[in-house]
Amino acid sequence: MKFLKFFLIVIILFPLSSINAEENDKKNKITKNLRCLICQGQSVYDSDSEFANSLKIVVDKKLQEGLSEDQIYEYFKTKYGEWILYDPGLNKNTYILWLLPILIFLIGGAIIYKSFIVKK
Amino acid sequence: MKNKILPFSVIIIFGIIFFIFYKGLEDSKIYTPDVNTKKEIPVFNTKEFFSGENVKSSIIFEVDKVYLLNIWSSWCVPCRQEHPLLMNLNLENKLNIIGMNYKDNLKNAENFLKELGNPYKEIFIDLDGTIAIEWGAYGVPESFLIYNNEIIKKYIGPLNQELVDEINLLIK
Repeated sequence: MKFLKFFLIVIILFPLSSINAEENDKKNKITKNLRCLICQGQSVYDSDSEFANSLKIVVDKKLQEGLSEDQIYEYFKTKYGEWILYDPGLNKNTYILWLLPILIFLIGGAIIYKSFIVKK
Repeated sequence: MKNKILPFSVIIIFGIIFFIFYKGLEDSKIYTPDVNTKKEIPVFNTKEFFSGENVKSSIIFEVDKVYLLNIWSSWCVPCRQEHPLLMNLNLENKLNIIGMNYKDNLKNAENFLKELGNPYKEIFIDLDGTIAIEWGAYGVPESFLIYNNEIIKKYIGPLNQELVDEINLLIK
C-alpha cells in the first residue's frame, strides 16, 4: 500500500516538475542575458547582489504573467536602457559592431578571390 | 597595378580598424546611467510602513505636487549619512518626501527612524525589491524627484549638500 501511495505521488509530481524545469531553463536563459548593473561584468544569473536577486524575482513574475522572452527584454530596456542587455540590437550606437565583421569578411573575400581565383 | 591595390587596401582597412579601436579607448568604460530622462512613474500596489495596509501608488503621488522618493534601508550605511539632509529638506517644507523601505527588517527600520528622526510624509514597503526594479532603481540609497507623476531627475547614491542645493533650484 505504501509503495502504491509513493508510486501515485511520483506520477502526480512528475509532469509538474518537468514544467517547472522548462520555466527554470527560460528564466536562466533570460537572466544570463541581463547585465547586473551594480556589479558590472557579471550577469544577473551569476550575481548574488540584492539588485540581481530582485531582478530574478521580477523575471519570474513576468514569466508567470505570460510575457515572452522578447517582451521581458523590452520591459527592462525601458526601465534601464539598452545597456542591461548582453545581446544588444542594431541601432546607431552598435551598427559598427554588427556591420564591421560582415564588411571585413566581404573585403577579405574579394581580396582572396582577386589574388587567387582570378589569377588561375 | 593589381599588385599595388592589394597592399593599399590592406593598409586602409587596418587604418580604419585602428581608428575605431583608438576612438574606443577614449570612451569611458564605466557605465553612467541616464538620470535626466522624463519618465512616467510606475503603477504599483504596496503596503504602508506603519499600518501595514495596502496602498496604491496613485494615492501616494498626486498631480501638481513635487515629491522626492527616497529609497532607504536600516542596513544601508550611506542612508545614515544622507538622513540629516532629508530631515532638513523636510523642515524647509517645499516638497513631500516619500520613503521606500527597501528589503528591510521592519523592527530595525522603526528603530532607525526613532534614532534619526522621520523626514517622510509617507513610507511604503518594498520587501523583495521588485518595486525598486519597477522604478528603474539600482539600489539603496537612491532618490527620485517627481512632479506631475513624472520623474524629473534621479539621484543614484547618497544625497549631499550640493545635490540638495540642486534640488532646491529645480523645484523653485
